[in-house]
Amino acid sequence: MQTYDLEADGLRGLNATLQAASGNETGWEVVNPRGSHAIAVGLDAPLDVTVKGSTGYYCAGMNQQATVRVAGNVGPGVAENMMSGTVIVEGDASQYAGATGHGGLLVIKGNASSRCGISMKGIDIVVGGNVGHMSAFMGQAGHLVVCGDAGDALGDSIYEAKLFVRGSVKSLGADCIEKEMRTEHVEKLTELLEKAGIDADPSEFKRYGSARKLYNFKVDNAY
Amino acid sequence: MSDNQKSAPRTLPKYSNTFTPDVNAEIRRAAATGIYDIRGGGAKRKVPHFDDLVFLGASMSRYPLEGYRERCDTNVVLGSRYAKKPIELKIPITIAGMSFGALSAQAKEALGRGASMAGTSTTTGDGGMTPEERGQSKTLVYQYLPSRYGMNPDDLRKADAIEVVVGQGAKPGGGGMLLGQKISDRVAEMRTLPKGIDQRSACRHPDWTGPDDLEIKILELREITGWEKPIYVKVGAARPFFDTTLAVKAGADVVVIDGMQGGTAATQDVFIEHVGIPTLACIREAVAALQELGMHRKVQLIVSGGIRTGADVAKALALGADAVSIGTAAMVAIGDNDPKWEAEYNALGSTAGAYDDWHEGRDPAGISTQDPELSKRLDPVEAGRRLNNYLQVLTLEAQTLARACGKNHVHNLEPEDLQALTVEAAAMARVPLAGTSWIPGQGGM
Repeated sequence: MQTYDLEADGLRGLNATLQAASGNETGWEVVNPRGSHAIAVGLDAPLDVTVKGSTGYYCAGMNQQATVRVAGNVGPGVAENMMSGTVIVEGDASQYAGATGHGGLLVIKGNASSRCGISMKGIDIVVGGNVGHMSAFMGQAGHLVVCGDAGDALGDSIYEAKLFVRGSVKSLGADCIEKEMRTEHVEKLTELLEKAGIDADPSEFKRYGSARKLYNFKVDNAY
Repeated sequence: MSDNQKSAPRTLPKYSNTFTPDVNAEIRRAAATGIYDIRGGGAKRKVPHFDDLVFLGASMSRYPLEGYRERCDTNVVLGSRYAKKPIELKIPITIAGMSFGALSAQAKEALGRGASMAGTSTTTGDGGMTPEERGQSKTLVYQYLPSRYGMNPDDLRKADAIEVVVGQGAKPGGGGMLLGQKISDRVAEMRTLPKGIDQRSACRHPDWTGPDDLEIKILELREITGWEKPIYVKVGAARPFFDTTLAVKAGADVVVIDGMQGGTAATQDVFIEHVGIPTLACIREAVAALQELGMHRKVQLIVSGGIRTGADVAKALALGADAVSIGTAAMVAIGDNDPKWEAEYNALGSTAGAYDDWHEGRDPAGISTQDPELSKRLDPVEAGRRLNNYLQVLTLEAQTLARACGKNHVHNLEPEDLQALTVEAAAMARVPLAGTSWIPGQGGM
């Protein structure tokens, strides 16, 4: 395990080091993050990075392959546009967690704020607590698991993302409906909870997804 | 009715200037369909434009350069503020962002070929980067859009520059549309969407909301790409002074301002015609913002929207732009709206020169379509050659005008080389009305 002191050595050095890391240098600990933005972004190797403290915007943005753990809270846009790998947040997440993510697993053990999973394109997100309003807005693909409650307009204008919520949903957004929880969904949910290390009973969840009524403009538009 | 009444002169039928035949036809269409009109292209209404300006040329007080013999350079460097690898183009005319999806793969390839031959850049669009486009474009600008369709860090690293799109001139404040007819298997896969749906693009970015956030987003993009790539910020022309100021504050290397004549693949006609301001109206405002910040020529300004000729290029540069960008004109150059397809345009209820139903995917020229048979009509090699020819002509024309004004680089053109033919153009371009020293709002006689 190697240690990088962000306060002492700066952001550019951290990201350049992690982006170039290979071989046996896979374990990294980042100390003194002090809410800095863009920590551990653009990684593309099977690294194991632990950030010891809270971060600002876009921590682990566009992650590929790496596992990034944050022992604290994260600011807006954690793991935005993640392609693969795993990002684990021990605390809470601000807005846009996992925004536009294409793949990989994002685990938020606390709560996530509004627009969690906005425009998600294949990422899997597991939230141990609650999510704020407009979560999974325009969600295209992937899974959002909410072990607590969901705020207003869940899944507004959703495409093919699949949403699982254990608690209450304050309201559903446009074109988002409750759907049947079939065997394959229970299996997928079980798998995601196990991967996330969260102890929750899959049978207590409800599934939500697209009614597919907004997929095409009215036929009268075809002139 | 008496014989006298029958033979009396009659009042001629008189069309209203308010309820014109066009307006009435649109009312009838709306009444029949119940939905707004969607089309491609930019504003078609007449607005003050570069045609309303003239160059003064040389006279007793300044001498011209000899055409063809004395040098008049055209190169431009973009992204010199922060990027480790700014891009240098041979000509100050770039190809604007147009998506694979809106355009066929052949059309995108043709744009890349033509731009590379001419020594300039082309730009991706909503939907991501295609291998054909990257392969044929020596210099490729990667658009970072609200939808983030097809956005991935590998392509980001392959790009020569990154353009954060806040808005575009055809629809400042609006998102994109790509109707189901054009969502082919490949387009659907690139955008992670079901095939055949009417695709909506978000109108604002999903993970930042204002200039303070944008500054952090730009930091992230730079950190991911090692601070190598120039970062452009593109805005639709609406509040050019403030938008330019805020883009510079957010850390842009290059500001792109797209006027209301700038095209789109598909948007509501009411949006295209009624939101945003003309290209001519935004250049001096943007330049004033850069000058006030001490950033003119340090942060480069690219202007787009209705650039057609070398005269337009030269006038935009004279008003303070560092480069221009073309979209619609490039499409026309490679074959869009060519009269040779007139019979097919007629069959679609249009005519060559007016065809703008680009969203329907039935473009006879094989450009704004995903139909494999129609797309095959466009030979990307030949179309690329035409685009190169056109870019060469634009450059020669701009050089001709610059030499006439005594300039050895097109960037040496200045507002003092221009006068306006209309009061409106004089006010917007902040140059004197021809034959006077009067600039509306700034005095003179």
